[in-house]
Amino acid sequence: MINKIFLTPQEAVADIFDGATIMIGGFGEAGSPIELIHALIDQGAKDLTIISNNAGSGHVGLAALLEHKRVKKIICSYPKTSFSEVFPELYCSGLIEVELVPQGTLAERIRCGGAGIPAFYTPTSVGTSLAEGKELREIDGELYVLEYALKSDFSLVKAYQGDRYGNLIYYKTARNFGPIMCMAAKVTIVQVNKIVELGEIDPEAVVTPNIFVQRVVEVPNPLHEHVLVSQNKKYPWTE
Amino acid sequence: MDRVNIGWSKDDMAKLVANDIPDGSYVNLGIGIPELVANYIPEGREIIIHTENGLLGVGPAPAPGEEDFDLINAGKKPITTIKGACFFHHADSFAMIRGGHLDFTVLGAYQVSQNGDLANWSTGSPNDIPAVGGAMDLVQGVKNVFVIMSHTTKNGTPKIVKKCTYPLTGVAVVSRIYTDLAIIDVTNKGLKVIKLAPGIDKDTLINKTEADLIL
Repeated sequence: MINKIFLTPQEAVADIFDGATIMIGGFGEAGSPIELIHALIDQGAKDLTIISNNAGSGHVGLAALLEHKRVKKIICSYPKTSFSEVFPELYCSGLIEVELVPQGTLAERIRCGGAGIPAFYTPTSVGTSLAEGKELREIDGELYVLEYALKSDFSLVKAYQGDRYGNLIYYKTARNFGPIMCMAAKVTIVQVNKIVELGEIDPEAVVTPNIFVQRVVEVPNPLHEHVLVSQNKKYPWTE
Repeated sequence: MDRVNIGWSKDDMAKLVANDIPDGSYVNLGIGIPELVANYIPEGREIIIHTENGLLGVGPAPAPGEEDFDLINAGKKPITTIKGACFFHHADSFAMIRGGHLDFTVLGAYQVSQNGDLANWSTGSPNDIPAVGGAMDLVQGVKNVFVIMSHTTKNGTPKIVKKCTYPLTGVAVVSRIYTDLAIIDVTNKGLKVIKLAPGIDKDTLINKTEADLIL
């Protein structure tokens, strides 16, 4: 019998090791698997390389993972948001390495990582500082930059519903990087608002096919990052 | 007092851009002033607004208390969907962008050069937090790149320049510039002024522009 269901976020992230490369879904807070990130903070793995579009806000979720000095490098497109305090401080003190990647290039590098394509040429960033030192190639009279695929040891993703095979559907713009990050990991760990029976998700409507998912854990009422930030909460909770 | 009726406001500029986007267009709006364009789409036109975080069919801002923080735009502000909207993941979203499927993008800028180079992601200052987002993809892939910005910086330094001094977002990518003083097309002959704002004469425009203009 196939059963990818884990009972708690703690169990689902228990084997994440020091030095792992981890993709974390989300565009800002939409799609950010905050309970899995908090479980990872509790678990203690360090020297991590994180691949995520942003770098978190306030002192919860991804920002809290950075604040606890678990991350040596982040690969991202936009580590600056209105309430991001932790990343700017680490960056300005030279305490974190950053690889800045245009958002579409980041998405395609992840997609390729999951699709068995080791590298690709893109027009994005030609003639800019982000193309410096990269191989250029002229194809049909236009210049393109060579970009390499990204893969991860683990991907942490938030979806809306999942079943015990790992089929997933998402919720609105919280989908964003989830489907491609599921594809690019050795072990994909997904928190879903609801676990449903096999067949409850219409096969025509499945967004992430189950083969890309290894672990599913139900988190019925995930925390909202903007609420925690407005309350100035810090993880681990102090009170 | 002499500022009354001279030049265009942010909303005027957004209205001018909206007027130039034809019925049936697929449009991506950048963060900030470009977001205002959505408020001025003329009656009777159907425009589909794309947001790079995975939605075609952005609707108006939600009423207070109706926000859903899993339904946001590229600026991470809550939005709504129109009927006929669809969601997709990031790689598909940027396939739309890079693949040339979008008709227009409207972006803010620090500088535009006379051959259409755009600088809008970094001032190059060592204190800057590096952040690029989707700008470099948009300028390479979208058919028409419209820039909407103030003509000069707050202390009067021209933003339309011979050569950008800030780090580039893309080379020769801008199609048209809307400022508070004029609308300017980037052509293969140079920057062609197609409309002056009320109260602005040619000499004023030339004085506030570093690049050469075709008037």
